[in-house]
Amino acid sequence: MLNQSLKLNTKIFNDNVEKNSTRQGFGEGLLKAGIENENVVALCADLTDSVKVNIFADKFPDRFIQTGIAEQNMASVASGMASMGKIPFMASYAMFNSGRNWEQIRTTICYNNQPVKIIGSHAGLSVGPDGGSHQALEDIALTRVIPNMVVISPCDYIEAKKATIACARTIDPTYIRLARNDTPLITTEDTPFEIGKAQIVYIPEIGLAHVGIIATGPILYKAIIAAHGLEKRGIKTKVMNLSTVKPLDENAIIALAKETKAIVTVEDH
Amino acid sequence: MENLTAEKIIELKSTANDIRKSIIEMLCEAGSGHTAGALGMTDIFTLLYFGVLKHDPVNPLWTHRDRLILSNGHICPVLYATIAHAGYFPLEELKTLRKFGSRLQGHPHREFMPFLETSSGPLGEGLSQAVGMAIALKIDNKMDANNIFCIVGDGELDEGQNWEAVMLASKEKLSNLIVIVDRNKIQIDGTTEEVMPLGSLKDKFESFNWQTEEIDGNDFTEINNAIYKIKNNKKDMPSVIIANTIPSKGVKEWEGDYRWHGKAPNKKEAEMALKELSK
Repeated sequence: MLNQSLKLNTKIFNDNVEKNSTRQGFGEGLLKAGIENENVVALCADLTDSVKVNIFADKFPDRFIQTGIAEQNMASVASGMASMGKIPFMASYAMFNSGRNWEQIRTTICYNNQPVKIIGSHAGLSVGPDGGSHQALEDIALTRVIPNMVVISPCDYIEAKKATIACARTIDPTYIRLARNDTPLITTEDTPFEIGKAQIVYIPEIGLAHVGIIATGPILYKAIIAAHGLEKRGIKTKVMNLSTVKPLDENAIIALAKETKAIVTVEDH
Repeated sequence: MENLTAEKIIELKSTANDIRKSIIEMLCEAGSGHTAGALGMTDIFTLLYFGVLKHDPVNPLWTHRDRLILSNGHICPVLYATIAHAGYFPLEELKTLRKFGSRLQGHPHREFMPFLETSSGPLGEGLSQAVGMAIALKIDNKMDANNIFCIVGDGELDEGQNWEAVMLASKEKLSNLIVIVDRNKIQIDGTTEEVMPLGSLKDKFESFNWQTEEIDGNDFTEINNAIYKIKNNKKDMPSVIIANTIPSKGVKEWEGDYRWHGKAPNKKEAEMALKELSK
């Protein structure tokens, strides 16, 4: 059953569960972050509508920089802006924004420890029809290996919005991984969110769990559906939403591993 | 100052000479490092820190300072030596260059020296950061308050990222950005025209809608005039000074020789060079 204490979406098992995309959640979250703090600025490399930066750009045109199709320059420009006190959000597709510009992110952003927020949309296999060249399967590996970097992979539209607002308040370089498609809402506005904190979203009705499933990103929905099915077959399961990939919530993972006999991870990359 | 007096030029020459000696001493002590570019750019660094930049060695993070971004981080001996002579840290520390545990790394690392505007080393990235700084001032309506200076090497213009930044600076009309290209015509593998011909940088930058000056980068009057010409003639565009410099300037035997790009003098070579600079 769903962990009710987290105030999750109770309609999650309905066929007509409401859907929206994590990129949309980011776009709306960025607008809120921009209203909250005038130092929040945005950059995009010719994919403004696609990665939903247009919501911010329409409201704050003077705080939006269109860099053209030049992700390497965008990363270092963002670093320069951050060194002057700005909180830059630079957005593009994950393949180019952490892929194409990895070394600029590593050296000019993370080595300088500048508070640039890197938004990689259309990540994972779920971007399907765009084809293999656009399916960023490496972005989590590329970003989490860099010192100082925080890596967040929100599970739904609402969590993406919260993650965006939360990371605008930190001084850490941060990578947020987003997906293109509309996916089921798992959380609600009332669900708590904290960077670095994993949550057990699905628990056995009674007793300890046999299996622990750790999922990150929108694929968490499939993990919850699977756990629901396993429950009917008598296999007790706990499902963890690991929305922050780095820093890893080690205590939560160790506790889950101690309780269960097996751990399964579900990740789209 | 807008016009350098004869006295000021004598003073600058003397300071530059001291800085060149420090560069040779520290490189010799380190046993590795980049000599040619550091010596070639000494006059420009001297004029910037002892005549042009708004800065305060006692309060290096002063909010209203001009920014100087060194993109070609490998010539950092000239940056370290110049700011040490300007009073940022004791001259004695220069001898720790490239030593284990020293904050004077072989390429600048801002984490340990917060008064550096950025870490650098991987080429082609400084100009973009300078553009970002200039844009931040533009957003805050402070375009006229400060200049953002960026030093780039000519060889590093091989990196495509520079031209992405050149386009953005022009599009954003960054009149507060002054780039100085160290046109010394050498890079590690040989001359720039052999490795990857750059042709006329003046034509290239002008075609991207930049205000362009070309000067002798080892002549204080020419450097100063170019900077003040740009400052006094603000156009809605970024500016570049193509500074023709002599690699290893100051030590006749090494001048213009690309083999000094990436090596340090041994004890004997350093003694010879220091003797020449002490004449």
